[in-house]
Amino acid sequence: MIWQFDIIILIFLVVTAVIALRVKDLLGASMVFGIYSFLICLLWAEMGAVDVAFTEAAVGAGVSTVIMIATVFSTTRRSKD
Amino acid sequence: MDIIIASFLEDSIVPKFNYWIYVILMMIGLYAMITKNNLIKKLIGMAIFQTAIILLYVSVGVKADANIPIISHHGEKDHVEHAQNENLDSASEASSHHGSKKEHHVIDKNKFANPLPHVLMLTAIVVGVSTLGLALAISQKVHGSFGTLEEDEILDQLRPGGYD
Repeated sequence: MIWQFDIIILIFLVVTAVIALRVKDLLGASMVFGIYSFLICLLWAEMGAVDVAFTEAAVGAGVSTVIMIATVFSTTRRSKD
Repeated sequence: MDIIIASFLEDSIVPKFNYWIYVILMMIGLYAMITKNNLIKKLIGMAIFQTAIILLYVSVGVKADANIPIISHHGEKDHVEHAQNENLDSASEASSHHGSKKEHHVIDKNKFANPLPHVLMLTAIVVGVSTLGLALAISQKVHGSFGTLEEDEILDQLRPGGYD
């Protein structure tokens, strides 16, 4: 565990989480949520949990971002908050 | 006052920075689930909440100066090297020593991160993604019957005239 790397990723995590909830466009929010998932995957590889990092990169960042974007495309991109 | 802040920073914030971020992310997710009006935004908040809980459990398994929990086959490699050395010395002795000479290696558990929380959280990730997929499918159906994803507009269509 490299603590400098750890602190940088954790701060970026909070920033991307806030951005994903603040963006008005739902497609943009889904993309920022994908960035969040890849950042947390990087954090787990750095913390020594390589199996969790694999699963998060494949299932968490890949599949959930894809199904979220598919939902946004089949419903609406508009959001009031 | 400066000394109190500095000692608090040194004792509580810096060594436990993972836990602070875990609490912050969990509160961000809870806030989004409660106050956001859009259903997709609520689901993003739920996913952030889940990853925050996973962050707590993975942080529990971290040790200082620990490596990833994979034991390399150093015992077997040493064995092969021994056999090759003996081959160089005398080819006939090596075959008889091959099976009997087995070195006992002690594995230091402080050199590896604790893999038990990792395995538990592997299940939690898959459960979280399936929950998210089911919730997104339900919001597609909601959009199909109400034409909107905003919670207040759905409630207006359900109960025209007011919330009470």
